[in-house]
Parts: sequence; structure tokens; C-alpha cells
Amino acid sequence: MSDIFVYVESQNGKIVPVSLETLGAARIVADELGEDVTAVVLGSDVTAVAEAAFDYGADNVLGCDDETLKEFRVEAYGPIVTQLVEDNDPSALLIGSSTAGRDVAAWVAADTEAGLMTEAVSLAVEDDRIKATRPVYAAKLLCDAVIPDSLQIITLRNRAFAPAEATGNTGDAEWIDPVVDEDDLTTKVTGFKAKEGGMSLTEATIIVSGGRGVGGPEGFEPIRQLAAVLNGAVGASRATVDAGWIPYEHQVGQTGKTVSPDLYIACGISGAIQHQAGMRTAKIIVAINKDAEAPIFSLAHYGIVADLFDILPALEEAFQERLG
Amino acid sequence: MKVVVCVKQTPSTTATFKVDGGVVSWDDSGSGKPNVVNPWDEYAIEEGILLKEKHGASDVFALNVGNDDSIDVLRTALAMGCTEAIHVNDPALAGADTLGTAKVLAAAIEKIGDVSIVVTGKQAIDGDTGMTPVQLARKLGWTPLTNVAAITEISGDSITVERLLESGRQVVTAVLPVVIGTVKEINDPRYPSFMGIRKANRATVPTWTASDLGINGVASKVDWSSVYAIPAREGSVEMITGDDAQEIAEALVDKLFEEKVI
Ligand SMILES: Cc1cc2nc3c(=O)[nH]c(=O)nc-3n(C[C@H](O)[C@H](O)[C@H](O)COP(=O)(O)OP(=O)(O)OC[C@H]3O[C@@H](n4cnc5c(N)ncnc54)[C@H](O)[C@@H]3O)c2cc1C
Ligand SMILES: Nc1ncnc2c1ncn2[C@@H]1O[C@H](COP(=O)(O)O)[C@@H](O)[C@H]1O
Repeated sequence: MSDIFVYVESQNGKIVPVSLETLGAARIVADELGEDVTAVVLGSDVTAVAEAAFDYGADNVLGCDDETLKEFRVEAYGPIVTQLVEDNDPSALLIGSSTAGRDVAAWVAADTEAGLMTEAVSLAVEDDRIKATRPVYAAKLLCDAVIPDSLQIITLRNRAFAPAEATGNTGDAEWIDPVVDEDDLTTKVTGFKAKEGGMSLTEATIIVSGGRGVGGPEGFEPIRQLAAVLNGAVGASRATVDAGWIPYEHQVGQTGKTVSPDLYIACGISGAIQHQAGMRTAKIIVAINKDAEAPIFSLAHYGIVADLFDILPALEEAFQERLG
Repeated sequence: MKVVVCVKQTPSTTATFKVDGGVVSWDDSGSGKPNVVNPWDEYAIEEGILLKEKHGASDVFALNVGNDDSIDVLRTALAMGCTEAIHVNDPALAGADTLGTAKVLAAAIEKIGDVSIVVTGKQAIDGDTGMTPVQLARKLGWTPLTNVAAITEISGDSITVERLLESGRQVVTAVLPVVIGTVKEINDPRYPSFMGIRKANRATVPTWTASDLGINGVASKVDWSSVYAIPAREGSVEMITGDDAQEIAEALVDKLFEEKVI
């Protein structure tokens, strides 16, 4: 019987959000096709992750638990996934679109000569194949893609799918040996500088974002405060990043991050087409801008024409009151 | 040490798109330049040139797989400071998926010969896939290093880079040859100089075809013929007004609770 493989990524023994979403999407597709969901769990000390994969609905778990997998290196991870695919011949391999997930997808597709569809925002089954829909051309167009004859490798965009729910299921994982020995790996991880604080933009459910209208680095303070009250992340336009007011990792847009939060509050952002490319799939968009003609208002669901420095403190207070 | 920079041509970031029977076309009435150097590849070009200026690379080749028009991106790369350019242009190679493109790029890099480092952009803004660097590395049998935010050291046959991950910066040492996928943090691309532009316009750029590379064609494994405009959003913006900031803020908070996004 063929399976839908799900590459399950974990961090500190926990399945990352985009992999839970991928397990959720895989379950729906597999049920429609009458196939199993098989989770692929790689890492070092990942027995708990395998158990969690069963809990989140995997029918089977295949994995490799080894010291060479302690730090993510595609050179170590890729060949194991390729081998599991070659030994088990799944119909599809679904992977959450994280930095590591994208590397694995590209590696396995190249080595197995499989078709690869990236950044899917919805999946459907048609004639026993998976149809993946994704935005293309800076999110100005949509594309429905299918892979007619080979293994179907698909990466799933962050926050586009509902996460799997815990089922209470348990099972026995099947573990294999690593494919490449440490001595044969040509990359060594020699250091790691953890990012201090702050929530990942692509995983955030709420983003408060600032543009040139904040006026300077200190103008991000009310943005940060509102984000903190809402337990959200801080975004930025390129203009503010280029000006050096905030680091690049906060940039949203065509040459920054693509985000789809439930709520995106754009403050002092004009809404250039390149900025829109990164945030137009947000569920609800709020724009705060002094200029009633700013293009961001044509995209927003709710608009406020005012000075952001007047509105943000009032908003922070109003939310604080409601959220207690 | 030879370096190759992969440069794609993409629609400009302000282009407007039309789809007719699944065929996509575009135009940019504002700037009059419908096609540009893929914005992410400007960082790759700059890094290639820096490898020459800072790390003693001998040659920096700009490599493009494209059509008659895409030779422009190679002229830009030459004007910025690449020392050579190769244009792979053959209708037999049109419509490739990322794996097909990776194979063509790999064949061209092997034909250039004796290359130590290939630099690519993060992704192409038309497809936004970002799969090429790893697939190219696999086809060459080299080590891929994606999301590279800094090249800190090259000594002998080893290279040390910093990779930008969700959780922080990973420092990695690898053995050359490598394929490097860059991110925007890595540098500030220079503008082409006036002299550079003049030189680039006079340069002869060799064109290689599929048969020069020993490739018969590149059948895509993905069928993405169904392309269509994003359905327009229903309804328009609802303006929130009020007598003062507090009233406006409270009205918005009410709305957002109703929308269940808080
Ligand atoms: C190749 C390329 C790639 C790009 N990629 C990106 C990208 O990834 N992301 C991105 O964001 N941009 C990108 N851009 C840049 C984009 O074109 C715009 O220049 C940029 O988004 C503008 O940023 P902004 O809205 O902050 O600034 P502006 O356009 O200057 O807008 C500032 C806004 O703030 C308002 N304002 C000012 N003061 C206040 C106040 N006190 N209260 C309320 N409102 C106020 C103004 O009315 C104005 O609308 C790219 C451009 C190119 C050419
Ligand atoms: N046709 C091409 N010619 C040259 N380089 C390319 C081509 N396609 C992709 N690349 C390189 O691969 C990177 C990633 O592209 P992609 O995987 O298509 O998103 C780009 O930033 C380029 O550096």
C-alpha cells in the first residue's frame, strides 16, 4: 500500500508548528486517497517526537535517531529521507516550508528525480493525484499544479493549513541507521548564535508592522508594545530596514518574509506592491496611515486615517482592558 | 579560484500580469522595463565580486539560462564587475522545472570547469521556489549551503559561512567545492559604474545551446498549466472613525474580537 510521507521537523523534542500543520493536511489527503500517513522523524534523542507524531495522527513512524543528526545538516538528513523514500515508495512526501524543510525537499527531489511543488496554500485530490494551489508572480496570480507520474514532493506554506489535533494514538516507530557517517560529512557546525527573544514572523498569528511612518528606530517602540500585548511579532517595511531602523529579519514583502497571520496591523506603511506580495494572504488586515489615499487601504479590511502615534497607545490600552 | 554566479531574469517587481488561456504575460508601463535581474540575484552577483576582491578569486562568471532577452541580466552582472558571462539560450530548454534548470546549470558549470564556488540568489521572484541551489549542488555532487548571510573565511579547501535559520545563526565549515544560496543580509549590492556599463556593452558573451551541454531537453515533472488571477477580495475597506483616538481604538478592538482574530 502506498503512503503519504510527512517529514516531521522538531526542535527541543517538540514538533514545530508547520509540521503539525503538514500532518493535519496529510491526514485529510490520505483519507481521501485511502492511504496511510507515515511520519518521518529524524534527529538526536527524538523518541518523544515519534510518540508525538503518532499522537498527532500518523499511522506509522519511520525514523533515525543519531548523534550526526543533532544539528540540522541537509547532507546528513537528505540521504536518510531519500533512502526511506526509495525503500517504501510513498505516493507523496509532504514537507513544511521551513529553512530545513525546503533544503530536504530539494535534496530528495533531485536524488529521486521527483516532481516538486513548493509553497502550497491548499491541497485537493483529483484523479488520485494531489493538486497543489500556490501563489506565483509575487502573489499576483494563483497556480494549480499537479505531478502526473513521479513521486509528488510538496512543501506547505506556514500557517496555510489547520494543525493536526492530538488523537491519543500510540504506536511503535521503526528506526533505521544513519546513511552517512560523521567522518564522511564535509560540513561541520562550529557555532550557533541563538536569536534573542522575539517570535518568528512566519509562525506568528498576529503581526504588528511598522513602515517609514514610524519616523525612526525609536518609532518601533509603540509597535513592539502593541505586539507584546497581543503576543504577536513585529514586522517592518523594507524602507525601515534599509534605513537601519530595524534588522532585516523583520522585513515583510517580496524580498523579505512571506507571512499569513490571522491579523496584520500595518502602521505607517504605504502598501507598495512589493510589500503587499508578502502579506496579502493575511486573514484580516488593518491599516493605520495619515494619508487616506495610501494604497494599503485598497487591501485592508479595516482602515484608520490618523497619526499612528495617537492610535497605537490607545489601541494598546483598549486591548489590555479587554484581554485583562 | 573560479567562481560562478547564477543570475535569472524575472518580471520587474512592479509588473502587471495578464493570463490568457493559461499563458502569462506581463508589462510594466511605469518603469518601461518589464524584465529585470531577479532582485535576490543582485546579492549573489555582489558576493561573487567580493570573492574576487576579498578572497582572491581569479574569475567570476555570470551564468544565465534564459532566452534572447535575458542576456541583459548578464550585461548588468558584467557592468557590476563579473569578469565573464555565459548565456545558455535554447528553446529546447524552455519550460523547465527547477530540477531541469539545475541540470542545465550543472552542465554549464562543468563545461566552464575547475569551479570552486557557485553563488545563487535565495529564490526567483516569479516562482518563489528557492529550490535551485540544493538541486544544483546535488547534480554537481557538491555541498549545498543555503541561507548564507556571511562568508567569513576561505582557507585552502575549506570555507566558513554563517547561515540564517529561524532560530538563529549557524556557523558552518565545509569543504570546497560548494554551492552557496545567499540571503539579503549578506551584502549591499553596488550600482554598475559608468565605465563598467561601457565595458559590459562591448563584451562578447558566448551563447551555449543544449547540444553544447550534451542535454537533449528538459521535460518538466510538474504540470502547472492552470494559472489564473487571484479572485478579487469581496467587500472593501471599512473605515473606523471616531471623536478621539480612544473611541477609534475601542471601535477597532470590537471589530477584531467579532472577527475572532484575537
Ligand atoms: C526589488 C524591490 C524589492 C522590494 N521588496 C520589498 C519588500 O520585501 N518589502 C517591502 O516592504 N518593500 C519592498 N520594496 C520597497 C517598496 O517598493 C517600498 O519602497 C516600501 O515598501 C515602502 O515602505 P513604507 O511603506 O514603509 O514607506 P513609504 O512608502 O514612505 O510609506 C510611509 C507611509 O507612512 C505614512 N505615515 C507617515 N507618517 C505617519 C504617521 N505619523 N502616522 C501614520 N502614517 C504615517 C505615510 O502616509 C506613508 O503612506 C521593494 C522594492 C524593490 C524595488
Ligand atoms: N534560469 C536560470 N539561470 C540562472 N540562474 C538561475 C536560473 N533559475 C534559477 N537560478 C538561480 O537559482 C536561484 C533560485 O531560483 P529558484 O529556485 O528558481 O527560486 C536564483 O536566485 C538564481 O540564482
